[in-house]
Amino acid sequence: MLAVKGLSVTLGGQQIVHPLDFSIQDGDWMMLIGPNGAGKSTLLNALAQGLAYQGSITFDGRDVRHMKARERARSMALLSQRHGVGYAFTAEEVIRLGRYAQTGFLRGESGEDERHVQEAAQLCGLQNILHQSVLTLSGGELQRVFLAQVFAQNPRLLLLDEPANHLDLPFQRQIFELISGWLRTPGRAVISVVHDLSLARRYGKTALLLNRGHVAAQGAATDVLGRDALRVVYGMDVHAWMRELLRGWEEA
Amino acid sequence: MSIKPRREGFSPRDYLLFTLATLGTALLCVCAGSVPVPPGDALRAVGSALFGLIPADEPAQTIILSLRLPRVLASGLVGASLSLCGAAMQGLLRNPLADGSTLGVASGASLGAVIAIAFGITIPGLPQLGVMGMAMLTAFLSLVLILSLAWRMDASLSTNTIILVGVIFSMFASAVISLAVAFSGPRLRSVTFWTMGSLSTASYRDGLTLLVALAVCGAVLLFSARELNAFAVGEDNARSVGVNVKGVKLRVMVTVSVLIGVCVSIGGTIGFVGLVTPHMARLIVGPNHRRLLPAVLFSGAIFLMLTDLAARTIISPIELPLGVVTSLIGAVLFVVIFMRTRRVR
Repeated sequence: MLAVKGLSVTLGGQQIVHPLDFSIQDGDWMMLIGPNGAGKSTLLNALAQGLAYQGSITFDGRDVRHMKARERARSMALLSQRHGVGYAFTAEEVIRLGRYAQTGFLRGESGEDERHVQEAAQLCGLQNILHQSVLTLSGGELQRVFLAQVFAQNPRLLLLDEPANHLDLPFQRQIFELISGWLRTPGRAVISVVHDLSLARRYGKTALLLNRGHVAAQGAATDVLGRDALRVVYGMDVHAWMRELLRGWEEA
Repeated sequence: MSIKPRREGFSPRDYLLFTLATLGTALLCVCAGSVPVPPGDALRAVGSALFGLIPADEPAQTIILSLRLPRVLASGLVGASLSLCGAAMQGLLRNPLADGSTLGVASGASLGAVIAIAFGITIPGLPQLGVMGMAMLTAFLSLVLILSLAWRMDASLSTNTIILVGVIFSMFASAVISLAVAFSGPRLRSVTFWTMGSLSTASYRDGLTLLVALAVCGAVLLFSARELNAFAVGEDNARSVGVNVKGVKLRVMVTVSVLIGVCVSIGGTIGFVGLVTPHMARLIVGPNHRRLLPAVLFSGAIFLMLTDLAARTIISPIELPLGVVTSLIGAVLFVVIFMRTRRVR
């Protein structure tokens, strides 16, 4: 589906992401992991065409850079980490924006678009707050609104920047379960930046481990999240630490 | 079960209501003044001019047709234009304080107009277009300059940075305008006209120019309502849902600059209009630009016609510059909105 070749990103004269290659197949969920400042979010933003980059990104064999904005949005969508909505839009209006790429200059939304909006809202459990202003929503609700927006957009590839950051555990689980349900439909794939390595291991099919902009390991999630690779990048025995944390729960 | 598409925009009923309110205000404004004219006479005067009906008695006929109507038309059209520009900028920059005057675009346009007059820059055959063209050009250039300066200081383009840069730029432009006026003698109108705007000398030709500019630019902006919604939610989000971010930004900025350039070259800097009406309209119809932009179009016209009425009647027979009254109202509202945006954060 997606092929990335020699992709690198330079910001303010400093190379944040060094040339790297990877590809995404149907049904993949690739976890972008690494310590703070490794270049994960930068890489994700470059994939979403929000940053200038060198190298090539092709979607189904076509250069993403040359796709029209609407066409690109039908292929891939980005769910950001922060949402600084400035005005009192209703949750429904924000979700409906997801259908923008399906409409045209003079072609407004159809009943089909409305069906997608309502389905996405229902899937994310937002029926009761659809007409509420997004300024009054909690962080978890707001994240679900934007998740519903990308579901309504119905892209083939979902780019997620720390989708469950700042969310409490029930919401975190809900978001990951929703995405994993979405991925069950054939022809779809997900790339997500995730800080929590246990989530990466639980949901990731493949993984890309970044360290200061360089690829430290890539491949099947279970391999990349192996003891040695993580020890080198994180400078600690991550596995031992995770076990120690769990032991506290088992003893309780 | 089939699902009907939801209408987010204005319904024909909304258009009718707002049109009636605007026409009603226009009638009030042509009738009221130092010499009150009964509405019947005002309508007869307009009817005689438009359809050749029996004219009203003098002096009502002359007062309405030669003095008040062109001015009311111009104030309505300038009000609608500036408000539409304000609403579009506020959506694009996700900043409720953005407006031609707070961003410094209006001062930039004034500067251009002043330069054109001082140096006698004209387009052969179309003398008025020289001033107007320069105003549009400098409006656009100042918008680009202000936004890129603000962007260099703070890439997130926060409210405070943009406004600060806009205010500094306005002061700079005003200083240059004062200099130009001081040196060029009687060729230029007073500094007050360029910094505090007035529509007291507006003609029918000005009205026609404004109407054409508003029809073209207004259509572009109204057709960008969905894109502006996306920007108002966030630029990254706009890109993700498929908006051509750079293209739309450029389109809106050029359109806004053209419209502000036309308004400024005809009426000087009438500040804060684009700040006041979108704020009021948002309270009534919400932030969705598919409703907000048409609402702002009409309420902007209503607001400026009423303000101009106030400017010429409050301490009659002395007439206040229109920009003085709009700034009095706008500055207070600016503080209110600013405090509110800070509280949200």
